[in-house]
Amino acid sequence: MRLNLTVNGEPRQADDVWEGESLLFLLRERLGLPGSKNACEQGECGSCTVYLDGTPVCSCLVAAGQAEGRAVRTVEGLAEEGDLDRVQRAFLEAGAVQCGFCTPGLIVAAHDLLARVPDPSDGEIREALAGNLCRCTGYEAILDAVRTAARR
Amino acid sequence: MTSPTGTVPTRTAEATTGRASGGVGDSPQRPDGALKVRGEFAYSSDAWHEDMLWGTTLRSPYAHARIVSIDITEALRVPGVYAVLTHADVPGANLHGLERQDQPVLAVDVVRYHGEPVALVAADHPETARRAMRRIEVGYEVLPPVSDAEQAVHGDVPALHPGGNVVRHVRVVRGDQDATADVVVRGEYQVGMQDQAFLGPESGLAMPAEDGGVDLFVATQWLHVDQQQVCIALGLPPDKVRITLAGVGGAFGGREDLSIQVHACLLALHTGKPVKMVYNREESFYGHVHRHPATLYYEHGATHEGKLVYVRSRIYLDGGAYTSSTPAVVGNAATLGVGPYDVDNVTIDCWGAYTTNPPCGAMRGFGAVQAAFAYESQMDKLAEALGLDPVEVRLRNAMSEGSVMPTGQVVDSPAPVAELLRLVRDRSLPTNGHGESVDLRAMPGGVSNTTHAENVVRGVGYALGVKNICFSEGFDDYSTARLRLQVVGGEPAVEVHTAAVEVGQGLVTIEQQIVRTELGVERVTLRPADTTIDSAGGTSASRQTYMTGGAVLAACRAVRDRVFALARAKLGPEPTGLSLVGGKIVAATGGVLADLVDVLGGNVIDETVQWRHRPTTELDPETGQGFAHVQYGFAAHRAVVDVDVELGLVKVVELACAQDVGRAMNPKALLGQIHGGSTQGLGLAVMEEIQVSDGLIRNPSFTDYLIPTILDTPPMPVDVLELADPHAPYGLRGAGEPPAISSGPAVVAAIRAATGMALTRMPVRPEHITGTDH
Repeated sequence: MRLNLTVNGEPRQADDVWEGESLLFLLRERLGLPGSKNACEQGECGSCTVYLDGTPVCSCLVAAGQAEGRAVRTVEGLAEEGDLDRVQRAFLEAGAVQCGFCTPGLIVAAHDLLARVPDPSDGEIREALAGNLCRCTGYEAILDAVRTAARR
Repeated sequence: MTSPTGTVPTRTAEATTGRASGGVGDSPQRPDGALKVRGEFAYSSDAWHEDMLWGTTLRSPYAHARIVSIDITEALRVPGVYAVLTHADVPGANLHGLERQDQPVLAVDVVRYHGEPVALVAADHPETARRAMRRIEVGYEVLPPVSDAEQAVHGDVPALHPGGNVVRHVRVVRGDQDATADVVVRGEYQVGMQDQAFLGPESGLAMPAEDGGVDLFVATQWLHVDQQQVCIALGLPPDKVRITLAGVGGAFGGREDLSIQVHACLLALHTGKPVKMVYNREESFYGHVHRHPATLYYEHGATHEGKLVYVRSRIYLDGGAYTSSTPAVVGNAATLGVGPYDVDNVTIDCWGAYTTNPPCGAMRGFGAVQAAFAYESQMDKLAEALGLDPVEVRLRNAMSEGSVMPTGQVVDSPAPVAELLRLVRDRSLPTNGHGESVDLRAMPGGVSNTTHAENVVRGVGYALGVKNICFSEGFDDYSTARLRLQVVGGEPAVEVHTAAVEVGQGLVTIEQQIVRTELGVERVTLRPADTTIDSAGGTSASRQTYMTGGAVLAACRAVRDRVFALARAKLGPEPTGLSLVGGKIVAATGGVLADLVDVLGGNVIDETVQWRHRPTTELDPETGQGFAHVQYGFAAHRAVVDVDVELGLVKVVELACAQDVGRAMNPKALLGQIHGGSTQGLGLAVMEEIQVSDGLIRNPSFTDYLIPTILDTPPMPVDVLELADPHAPYGLRGAGEPPAISSGPAVVAAIRAATGMALTRMPVRPEHITGTDH
């Protein structure tokens, strides 16, 4: 099938999409946006988190066809080219990035949290990020990063 | 200097004076960090070619079966399929393995574990490949599984490999084998099968080359052992198998063995097209080795005063179907089997066994984790028998510099075991803050709303751990670094090339820091790791900062000598004691003699250095005696838990760690290692286990195999000691593994303290706490 959607503000089209493909596969393999990650493809790890019409979703659990005519924003679209969003900058500075595979999903989830709750408590941060698995950091530096981003 | 998450190591004035910014001891940003936060870092699963095919792997649904027939006819008929391959298509030895080549690339006549690869498909779409795979008809004659490691060693079960079912037996005997003691405690302990659960799945892209060879981009832990194994399996010389590291999404030991490497190359060579392979999470659970499950029998004898007299133990590690790194894991569990304690009389027997369970091999802590759960449980049991505090009994037996290990090895660098334990003990305890307004997120059971603090009991537990650093037992352990120094765009620039694998730990940052410190050059770039340079050894055994750090340091010295020779040629003979600081050549008196740019001119200084740590020796085959380990790393943990004793649910409230690292090369990255390792130990203590019954994995998903989320993970304050090891570069001590060893036992000890239950198995399940597991 042919799909038309908006990705990071740009109209995009994809042809020959198989109906069983996920939005994650569409982004990664057809639209050249591999920033959203494929860690579990079961909706358990959050590494594929993107905005769909402004709501964060696990793109592995959204069928590509469900994105027809809608707006997707990925980690690649959070900041202008060459710049960093405050959450991206805080993750970098706090040492919240090790292997980095969970990072894009966590950054989108934290970005969404701070848009809703400007000054979250630690409990609110933990609850908001509980759907994003990280295996490297033990989350301490991630908490630091979100606290720092909230202050900016 | 205290941060919300712990104590950052403090630097002496001497150590910071004259150092380039971003040098050793600083915490500069990762060179790959900006790419990673933007989603632009190229991981192995992001590899892409417009003409590529997708490869998939058909795996055995049985733990143990004879293959009677394989029919690929229907699979080949699926439109879009380019190749369906079986063992008959493997041109080389059809074998691989880290220590022994005993694992088929594709099964021939027998499958020995659930998930063993049997056939491969390449097609134009991953779904096409999966559909074709389901049309491959394999006839199996199911055989009984061999599920118990202890039985595999001693029992009357069929031999799974020509030499029998013992992969390795190590016996360590020291002192009086008939020693008796005032107080004796015995226990039997079990450790479940833990998964590395790195987030980036096994993946890569193989490209056929015009010379008949293949170029492979893959996430791994050791490029050169991958290359060796691909060459053996496919019958190709090393110059025809060129491997480049693709971005690695975590490893923790799980990428030491091969996954897609031979398979992708085989499909690419067969189809003449680039082939991408990416496991999904379920296949990842089948596609890599796990931490060895263990059964451990321990007997500790002590005086009335609490001094250990003897330790006797028998340890059984389930190696699963193939050898992998089981021999080395057995060596570790045996030689580290009494923990960081002084004991004169020791008898340890440790076996690694073949079974038809999933193959087990490397995971962070590598044999030391299993032993630590048993010996630390025993120390708590001994404290109870003696009426002593658990910390006190440990302090009375803590080893120190000069102590003799059960192998007879004298520990010849700092071993501040007692000091580490005192550091975690002396931290203030978190408040028991379940006042009037209960925060469910802080409760056992969390927002499932299972308790508002009723039936919740707090407990505190302690544990110590010890780990060998670098490769042991006489292994020729080396790394290689190439440095090129030249003037680029009017400023001095260094390019570093190694084959060392960055898995997230921050080695790439530390390589830059070392160059900045040694050569006074700000601009340091890293070439991609690949097999065009000699081996760096594996990213394992907490060894890369020591080994590749050591190689980069040695290469810096070689480059510096050549710079000074150039300087003398240009400036005339100068006094000795020159140094390179801030892009200038500086005399011992502190005066600037010349700009590095002027001295270099158009010269390119190019040095390659192979660097080794001091040699170790093999273990004596009868007594297990020998100078087996290069270095020991130590950590201590204190865990505070809240337990809902009615439901058996646990909330870890705080997990404090103290570790000696010799030298904190990059304090921020170091904290990341300690926090991450501690969290993996917490996971093993209370939630992480691959459920295997009759050889079958029952929970291959993140729905059913649970790793700690940010809600499961508590604040983790850290104390770092920097007591230099005189044998190591910068005095550093490998830091990645020790925090993963003592954290689990500390959490279990805390649950014991809260509940009074014996808890002889890790992970602890709710029914162990409620006593309803009968």
